Amino acid sequence: MVLQQIINGLTIGAVYALIATGYTMVYGIIELINFAHGEIYMMGAFVAMTFFRLWGMPLWAAAPAGILAAVMLGVTLEYVAYRPLRRSPRLVALISAIGASLFLQNLAMKIWGARRQPFLDPNRPLEFFQIKHHVSLPVLGEATFSNMQITILVTAAVIAILLNLIIKRTKVGKAMRATAQDQVAARLMGVNVNRTITATFAIGSAMGAVAGILVGMNYNQVWPMMGYMAGLKAFTAAVLGGIGNIPGAFVGGLILGMAEGFAGAYISSLWMDAIAFAVLIIVLIYRPSGILGEQIPKRT
Amino acid sequence: MVKTNENGAFFKLDDVSVSYGQIEALKGVTVEVGEGEIVSLIGANGAGKSTTLMTISGILKPKKGKKYFDGEDVTDASADGIVGRGIVQVPEGRRIFPRMSVQENLEMGAFRRHKADTGTLDHVFELFPILKERRGQKGGTLSGGEQQMLAIARSLMAEPRLLLLDEPSLGLAPKIVEDIFATINRINSEGITVFLVEQNAAMALDVSHRGYVMETGKVVLQDTSANLLENEEVQKAYLGG
Ligand SMILES: Nc1ncnc2c1ncn2[C@@H]1O[C@H](COP(=O)(O)OP(=O)(O)OP(=O)(O)O)[C@@H](O)[C@H]1O
Ligand SMILES: [Mg+2]
Repeated sequence: MVLQQIINGLTIGAVYALIATGYTMVYGIIELINFAHGEIYMMGAFVAMTFFRLWGMPLWAAAPAGILAAVMLGVTLEYVAYRPLRRSPRLVALISAIGASLFLQNLAMKIWGARRQPFLDPNRPLEFFQIKHHVSLPVLGEATFSNMQITILVTAAVIAILLNLIIKRTKVGKAMRATAQDQVAARLMGVNVNRTITATFAIGSAMGAVAGILVGMNYNQVWPMMGYMAGLKAFTAAVLGGIGNIPGAFVGGLILGMAEGFAGAYISSLWMDAIAFAVLIIVLIYRPSGILGEQIPKRT
Repeated sequence: MVKTNENGAFFKLDDVSVSYGQIEALKGVTVEVGEGEIVSLIGANGAGKSTTLMTISGILKPKKGKKYFDGEDVTDASADGIVGRGIVQVPEGRRIFPRMSVQENLEMGAFRRHKADTGTLDHVFELFPILKERRGQKGGTLSGGEQQMLAIARSLMAEPRLLLLDEPSLGLAPKIVEDIFATINRINSEGITVFLVEQNAAMALDVSHRGYVMETGKVVLQDTSANLLENEEVQKAYLGG
């Protein structure tokens, strides 16, 4: 039983982590909670589903199409809804973000309808992902899990490693870190801050879309409101890990996923969402900087 | 050593005005810097010195007036374009990246350059040996003096032609201030033109060839540094005499 909850919790947590990274990266660089990020996740899943099930394309083409669409959407969103407000009070940009979120939910309903629909094509079952494994360990008990769950965990791990390399080694990654720490100083070093912000939205949106596609495949469902709860949970994970802190988004996502998994198993699945938001409130009260958040001031 | 070409000065701010919303911080400022010079800009708190440097760097846009560098009109150049042309600023309060290591801060200085030139890094470590010892340490954990050295070193990584320094002596012990000014002299003798903003007028005029005095957004006096040091008004207002 315990092992099963750990595996389930890690799988949900990995999805939260992928989405949370988008929130945290954008917050780190422009101090904006991008409320429409959950909708980027949803749109990525819908576009991939459209290419895959509706248009009959192979998954290896449909998934990148969904990711690309999400990247273009995220970059456009920043350009249209946030950039013109960069010098406005923060509340104004936040309202713009909520507006963008509602707009995208309604756009998806208009295009695809409000109902839940399958991601997978019954004529082309992706059998590999359905294959199940059974393990049993002493103390931790037994568990069943699918190749899809393994895929989710492996994908999240690979992306975490790639992202770390981008942030640490590449020029755009260094520009992102510098801009997050001191935007004026970054500009004085010759960093093009607009281009860096665009890159941040692009990377965050791509990761959101990957999460959306994985969730769509795992539960075989996509719907226009799927980004709403997932977005709130991922935002909670980002705050839990320390908003603005990228490793924190992963840690926060995994912890939240596990907490939900155990709450669902041992208390009641009705309590899962309540647990997530209780976590958010407790963190905001007792440790607003999060688990890995910086305790030192930004500047000395 | 001091050289101006027929297009005018190496660097020139020509009748520049800058506002923060309704507040006009610069009111028609004209400043020239010749190639190879050290020129200082002194003035009291709030005179507009930092505003002048931020305008030169392209962080603030002039409402009126022109900027020229090396015979080219750079009034509309972006901040990264200014760095690319070789004008690099060491800002007031250092503004090093606190969560980056010393080494990474230096790499950020070389951001606009295509190849990381190990020669420049070696040279910077030779100027500031302490930074070599501290290369793995986070910028935010350095002492004030070390942070100032890092800020200067970081700007040198960009291989500037015109170096803008905003109050490098701020908050530092006299001994460290002397070291910093000696370094500024050395940097200049290696061919880098320096435009130095200071409240420590005595030190600034001591090290520079010429100086400008600024009051409430206007240049009120300009002369050779030697003459400014002798000037009664300057002595009274800025030299505690
Ligand atoms: N961001 C800002 N918004 C509004 N007004 C500003 C801003 N920055 C500076 N000012 C105003 O512009 C004027 C010039 O400021 P500036 O920072 O250029 O002075 P300074 O000569 O560098 O002073 P100090 O020696 O204290 O650094 C001041 O009156 C200041 O209050
Ligand atoms: Mg100043």
